[in-house]
Amino acid sequence: MTILVLAEHHDTQLDEATAKAVSAAGRMGGEIHVLVAGSGCRAAAEAAAGLAGVALVLLADAPSLSNRLAEPVAALVVGLASGYDAILAPSTTSGRNILPRVAALLDVMQISDVIAVDGPDLFQRPIYAGNVIQTVRSTDAKKVLTVRASSFPAASIAAAAAPIETVAIPEDPGRSTFVRSELSRSERPELAGARIVVSGGRALASAENFETVLAPLADTLGAAIGASRAAVDAGYVSNDLQVGQTGKIIAPDLYIACGISGAIQHLAGMKDSRVIVAINKDPDAPIFQVADYGLVADLFEAVPELHTAVAAEARA
Amino acid sequence: MKILVAVKRVADPNVKVRALADGSGVDLANVKMTMNPFDEIAVEEAVRLKEAGRANEIVVVSIGPEKSAETLRTALAMGADRGLLVRTEATVEPLAVAKILKAVAEAEKPDVIITGKQAIDDDANQTGQMLSALLGWGQGTFASKLVVGDKAIEVTREIDGGLQTVSLALPALVTADLRLNEPRYASLPNIMKAKKKPIDERTPADYGVAVEPRLTVVRVHEPATRKAGIKVGSVGELVERLRMEAGVL
Ligand SMILES: Cc1cc2nc3c(=O)[nH]c(=O)nc-3n(C[C@H](O)[C@H](O)[C@H](O)COP(=O)(O)OP(=O)(O)OC[C@H]3O[C@@H](n4cnc5c(N)ncnc54)[C@H](O)[C@@H]3O)c2cc1C
Ligand SMILES: Cc1cc2nc3c(=O)[nH]c(=O)nc-3n(C[C@H](O)[C@H](O)[C@H](O)COP(=O)(O)OP(=O)(O)OC[C@H]3O[C@@H](n4cnc5c(N)ncnc54)[C@H](O)[C@@H]3O)c2cc1C
Repeated sequence: MTILVLAEHHDTQLDEATAKAVSAAGRMGGEIHVLVAGSGCRAAAEAAAGLAGVALVLLADAPSLSNRLAEPVAALVVGLASGYDAILAPSTTSGRNILPRVAALLDVMQISDVIAVDGPDLFQRPIYAGNVIQTVRSTDAKKVLTVRASSFPAASIAAAAAPIETVAIPEDPGRSTFVRSELSRSERPELAGARIVVSGGRALASAENFETVLAPLADTLGAAIGASRAAVDAGYVSNDLQVGQTGKIIAPDLYIACGISGAIQHLAGMKDSRVIVAINKDPDAPIFQVADYGLVADLFEAVPELHTAVAAEARA
Repeated sequence: MKILVAVKRVADPNVKVRALADGSGVDLANVKMTMNPFDEIAVEEAVRLKEAGRANEIVVVSIGPEKSAETLRTALAMGADRGLLVRTEATVEPLAVAKILKAVAEAEKPDVIITGKQAIDDDANQTGQMLSALLGWGQGTFASKLVVGDKAIEVTREIDGGLQTVSLALPALVTADLRLNEPRYASLPNIMKAKKKPIDERTPADYGVAVEPRLTVVRVHEPATRKAGIKVGSVGELVERLRMEAGVL
C-alpha cells in the first residue's frame, strides 16, 4: 500500500497538521509520500522530508499553485493518483476544499474528518457535531480521506531526510482566479496548535472587551484566543477564531471558556481539550457539564483577577 | 440568471441525537426534522439575488424521502420558484447526491448552484465540491460574501487564516457558510402562496444514477462523555488547582 499525503503548509513553513496527517497515514500501514504544492515552497518540502515515516516528498512548485485554489491542486493530485492506494489530507479548510474534488474525479466516496484509523479500510468519524461516532468501512479500491489533526499525534523528526522529487504541473483548468486574501496577523500562537486557548463568547459584548479583558490573560499565558460563533457573528473577532462544529476543532491542554453557554455546536470544537475551565455567571450554563473546573462569576471581574493571579505566579 | 439550490432535510440542530442501543445507526424516531441550516442560508442568498434583480428563477432540489417535499415547501415559502424532489428511501451518500445533482444541473442549466457548506447530520462537507468537480466548474466553498457579475462571480471564502476572495467563471458553484446572510422566516402569506408552487418528482433511476453506498457503516456509538468536574469557589482556588492538580499552568 502506498499513501499520498497532501501537505498543509505556508510555502516557507510546514504546518503541524501535516505531521499529524502523516501519523494517521502511518496507522494505515504502507509507504508514505507527501505532496507539497505551492509557490516557493521548497522549505516546506524539506521540512516534510524530515518527518519520520515519510519515504518520498513530491514538490510541485509553481506560481499558479500559490493560493492553493481547488481546481488546479485537485487536477495535480488526480494526475498523481494512479500511483497510490490512499490519498489523505488534514481536514483544514484547504484540505476540505480540495479533497472532495479529488474524490469525485476519481469516483471515490471520501471519508471526512477521520478521528481514528482502525485498519487500512476501517475508520472512525464524528457525525451530528460529534455526538455520535460512526465506524465505516470503505469499499472503494482507492481511499480518499481527510483526517482531523487534533486526533493524531504529530510524526516525529526522522534521523535521515527523505528524497525530494519535483513533479510536473498540469495545465490550470482555468475556472477560477485568485483575487485577494485578508489574512489575520497575530503575534499569538495559532489557535489550531496552541497549548492553551482563552475563548470568549457573546457575553464579552464588544471587540474592545476581547482586547482589554481577554487578551491580557491570553498573552500572559502564551495562549491563543478563540471565540464562539455568537462572538464572531457579532463582529467582536475575526472568523478564523471560531471554535466549533463549523469553526476550528481543537484539543489544547487547557481551554478557558469565558461567557460561553456551551451549545452543542461549540462543544463539538473543544470537548476533547485535556482540561476545560468555564467562567460563566449562570450556574446552570451547559458548559459546566463538560468543565473540569467551573467558576460561577461575572467574567468582567473574574478574568482580570485571574490575569493578576497568573501574572503574579509568572513573576514569582 | 437561473439559480439552483440544493436543500437537505436533517434533524433539528438543537436536538441531541443519540446512537441506537444496538449500534446500527442513530435514533431519528420522533426527532424534529428541519431544513439544514446552511441550506436555509443558501436559499436566502438566492432569494436576495432575485430580489436585487440579478436572478430571475430559483429552482430548489432535495434528494430524500417523501417528507423532503416539506423542506422544499419551506424553500418555496422563502421565495424559490419551483421544487424538484428526487425521491428515494435509501441512504444516499454525497458522491451519489453529487451525481444526481449533476444530472439535474444538465437538465436545468443553471448559471449558479448554491449548496450548504455541510449538512449538520453527517457533517461530511463534500457534496458541493464533488458536484463542482463532476461538472468541471469552479467552486467557491465556505462563502461569506458573493458579488455576481455577468460572466463571473466573486466569492469571499472563510478559510483557516482569515478570508480569501476568488473569481469564478460562470457557471459556477458556491457553498454557503454561516455568515453569508441571516435567513428570513417565511411570512404566512408566502407560506400560503408556496402551496401553489409546483414540485416535480423524479427518482435517482430517472437520472441513471446508482445510489449503492460505497461506505458500510460497521458501528455507531456515542463517545465517552466528559464528566462534569467541580465548581471552584474563587479565582485563587482555580489557579491553585490548575497548578497543583491539573498541572497545566
Ligand atoms: C448550524 C450551526 C452551526 C453552528 N456552529 C457553531 C460553531 O462552530 N461554534 C459555535 O461556538 N457556535 C456555533 N453555533 C451556534 C451555537 O448554537 C450557539 O448559538 C453559540 O455557540 C452561542 O455562543 P455563546 O455561547 O457565545 O452565546 P450565548 O449562548 O448567548 O451564551 C452566552 C453566555 O454568557 C454568559 N454570560 C453573560 N454575561 C456574562 C458575564 N458578565 N460573565 C460571565 N458569563 C456571562 C451567559 O450566562 C451565557 O451562558 C452553530 C449553530 C448552528 C445552528
Ligand atoms: C438554524 C437555526 C437558526 C435560528 N435562527 C434564529 C434566528 O434567526 N432568530 C432567533 O431569534 N432565533 C433563531 N434560532 C433559535 C435560537 O437557537 C435561540 O433559541 C434563540 O435565538 C434564543 O433567543 P434569545 O432571546 O435567547 O436571544 P439571544 O440568545 O441573545 O440571541 C440573539 C440573536 O442571536 C441569534 N441566534 C441565537 N442563537 C442562534 C442560533 N442557534 N442560530 C442562529 N442564530 C442564533 C438570533 O438572531 C438571536 O436573535 C435559530 C435556531 C436554529 C437552530
